[in-house]
Parts: sequence; C-alpha cells; structure tokens
Amino acid sequence: MSLDPLPLCLLFSSALFCLGLIGALARSNTILVLLGIELMLNAANLNFIAFWRYGPATSPATGVMFVMFSIAVAAAEAAVGLALIIAVYRHQKNIRLQEANRLKG
Amino acid sequence: MTAALVLIAVFTLATAAVALSLRNLIHSALLLSASWFGIAAFYLWAGAEFVAFAQVLVYVGAVSMVILFAVLLTRRSRADTVIGPDSVARAISAVITGMAVFGVLGVAILKTSFTRFSPAGVPALPGGTGVSPVIAAPTATVRDIGIQLMSTHAAALLIIGILLTVALLGAVVLAAQDGSESKQESP
Repeated sequence: MSLDPLPLCLLFSSALFCLGLIGALARSNTILVLLGIELMLNAANLNFIAFWRYGPATSPATGVMFVMFSIAVAAAEAAVGLALIIAVYRHQKNIRLQEANRLKG
Repeated sequence: MTAALVLIAVFTLATAAVALSLRNLIHSALLLSASWFGIAAFYLWAGAEFVAFAQVLVYVGAVSMVILFAVLLTRRSRADTVIGPDSVARAISAVITGMAVFGVLGVAILKTSFTRFSPAGVPALPGGTGVSPVIAAPTATVRDIGIQLMSTHAAALLIIGILLTVALLGAVVLAAQDGSESKQESP
C-alpha cells in the first residue's frame, strides 16, 4: 500500500457516506431512509476520529469529545425519527414515502 | 496496521451495502448493526477505546433495538417485513449521484497533500509519498475524558442532557396514542 493511513481513513469514510446517501435516495421505505441518514452521521464521526489520530496535535481529547456529543445527538435523532415513523404509520397505515404526501391530519 | 484498516473498511462497507439493498427490513437492521460494529472496530484500531465502547452501547445496543421495534410496530401482518420492489429509475439515479459525490470526494482526498499535518519535530517528507513517519497516537484515557467533560466541556454536557431529555419526551408525545383514539379502540 502506498497510501498513508489518513487518506485511507478519509476514503473509507467518504465511501460510507456515499453508501448512506445512495440508500437514503434510492429506497422508499422510511425506516431504510433513516438508516441511510444514520450511516452518513457515522461517516462524519469516522472523520473526526481520523483527524484526531493523524491530524495536527491539539488538546489530546478534542476529537473524542466531538464524537461523544455527535453520538448523543444521533441517538436523539434516531428516537425522534422513529417516533415520527410510528405517527405517520398510524395516520395512513403505510410507511412508504411516496404516499406520505398530505398535510392534513 | 494498514491491512487491518482495509479489512475493517471492507467489512463495514460490504455489510452496509448489503443492508441497504435487501428487501427484508429485519435482515437490513441486523446487518446494519454488524456494520456499526465494524465502525466500533475502526475506533478501536485508531486508539479511541472509549468511543468504541460508546458506539457499541449506543448503536449496536440501543439504536438497532429501536429500529427493530419500529419495524415490528409498523407492519400490517405477521409476515409483512418484506417490502415491495422500489423504482429502478430512482435507484439508478441515486447510484449515479452517490458515485459522483464519491468521485468528487475521492479526487479531493487523493489530490491533497497531508504532509503538513505531520507533528512538529518530524520532518515532512517531500511530495507526500514514500514511507510516512509513524505518528504517535494521542492518548485520551477515560480519566482525561471525564475531567474534560466536567471542566472544559461542562456547558456542552449540560446542553446535551437537556437536548436528550427534550428529544425523548418529544418522541414519546409523537408516538403516544391520542386519548380519543385509544378509547375507541378499547371498548
């Protein structure tokens, strides 16, 4: 391998981001779209850790702190997103995104 | 060192790709938790043990369970976890978009010279090729993380606590049954 570890980590995380993007754009099931968005968030966390490990020296725990708070926000986002999915399902007995096109309750 | 990274990356990407292309939602959720496990392995590889354990606890433990609950609460019959086929045109355009984004990001990464990121005292190699100097891993023990959370990042910790409380209360309010609806359902 001629590549350094840092570009390899960045390539890995951008590939994971693009997989999440493809999943979020291509699928019509709401749960799978949410899973794609979670994958994109995880790819961003990978970048934080990669730059913390190989980047310029900063305070020793900065990248770890970023990822901890990011994981907390992602967990809150997953809980709210799945509650929204359940609310949408109760309204129209279906979680296909194409059929969730009414603003009336 | 690099071989381990490539192995972890291949495992994570393969499980994520298969998870997002399957038609059975339960298989997707379980494969995606395998992918999150791969990400935790990457954190361990990079030396961020605390984040790896947090990833396992939060994603592999909690978020995958929440997703399985959502799959099981939104099915119409006992066997309704297999979804119908999606539109092929949209899948093709999504793959083209994703590949374009990956192309842009990949070219940007490969064209960037990261040598100026090498730490002070280690001379940067000209051209950015060749054997890179081994960079000492920054150490962040659990003790350091705890002290920083309680001193430097105390305000952020409080805000995260409020955010989690509000978000989970909001999730309960959104997902709870209306009073009139539940009365009609239970005679």
